[in-house]
Amino acid sequence: MAETISVEVARYSPERDTEPSSQRYDVPLHKDWVVLDALNYIKDKMDGSLTFRWSCRMGICGSCGMMVNGEPKLTCATFLSDYAGDGSPVRVQPLRYFPVIRDLVVEITDFMNKLQSVKPWLIRGDEKAVSEGEYLQTPEQLDRYKQFSMCINCLLCYAACPVYGLDPVFIGPAAIALAQRYNMDSRDEGAGERMDVLAQHEGIWGCTFVGECTKVCPKHVDPAGAIQQYKLTATIERFKSFLMPWAAGNSEMESAK
Amino acid sequence: MSGVRQTVRYTEYHPRWYRTRVSTWWWLSRWPYLKFILREISSVFVAWFVVVLLLQIRALSRGPQAYAAFEHWLQNPVIVLLNLTAMFFVTFHAVTWFNLTPRAMVVRFGGKRVPDGLIVGTNYAAWAAVSVVLAWFLLRS
Repeated sequence: MAETISVEVARYSPERDTEPSSQRYDVPLHKDWVVLDALNYIKDKMDGSLTFRWSCRMGICGSCGMMVNGEPKLTCATFLSDYAGDGSPVRVQPLRYFPVIRDLVVEITDFMNKLQSVKPWLIRGDEKAVSEGEYLQTPEQLDRYKQFSMCINCLLCYAACPVYGLDPVFIGPAAIALAQRYNMDSRDEGAGERMDVLAQHEGIWGCTFVGECTKVCPKHVDPAGAIQQYKLTATIERFKSFLMPWAAGNSEMESAK
Repeated sequence: MSGVRQTVRYTEYHPRWYRTRVSTWWWLSRWPYLKFILREISSVFVAWFVVVLLLQIRALSRGPQAYAAFEHWLQNPVIVLLNLTAMFFVTFHAVTWFNLTPRAMVVRFGGKRVPDGLIVGTNYAAWAAVSVVLAWFLLRS
């Protein structure tokens, strides 16, 4: 018989349960199997009622984020073999700090609203006519925001952020990093509009720089960096508008591009 | 028709979801969280050293007798222990914040981002340089 590994999966049925419980399954341990493969094996062969989100299996869609042994992980990129050996089961739980809808599925409407609120799209003061051609950008200008554009909205950073857990009004790492992705884009002119949302207590100032968001990010986006850099920008802007009210506006953001 | 616009608002689907409460002791669950809390607490000891410095300046301004009393106070074992603890936390404060500088500071040189190590290294170098100057100033007699 092939080698097996125990997987302890959090179960919660909103119709039946008042709180989550865990269920143990023994699945085959293959060298190339990730935690998501184990979940799919359970769903296909052992218990069809297990509910979880997944799609691409290759770290692009950002759907399969869960807590694996207490750490936020993309289950499609977390190998079972890394947890084998000590005989203890691999614990799989829904992403921390989010309400659980069922089993491993969390409610993310709150994040979707926050993402919308920071306007993560190109904002132009004057739109160029299509006939005038595209907005050009040098590789150096691209390099300034490219890191932040790698975000796949997997929400591992929210599950790593105790500030979001304790105070859910905090806009959170990914939404701020994505706002910064557009602020730093040479084609964008919306930094002033985004500042209204970002430069408030629920925005960047809620962040106490625990720094775990950056550590768990599977795409190396560095949301903690984005937030601290924006704190610097917001402070400079505030002093500028205080000292030189006539020069207030996007100057700092624009010069950063 | 009146000018009042009617909007239909459907009740949003709201499942019976489950929320976990964050424990008061969340920061004990993982070492990085504990390290973060220790870094935050370190600011209390930074403030303590500021108080000591202010007391020292006050003693200095009141003449040799007051200063001798201040020095005697510093030799109190409780104060020595407190200052040693404060020294540890202030060093922890400096080191952890220096190591975080590259996250907040993006320096570009010749179109490229200056590597993190260089930014951290510059901080330590400046720290060492200031310490050498101070040591020279205090120990020259």
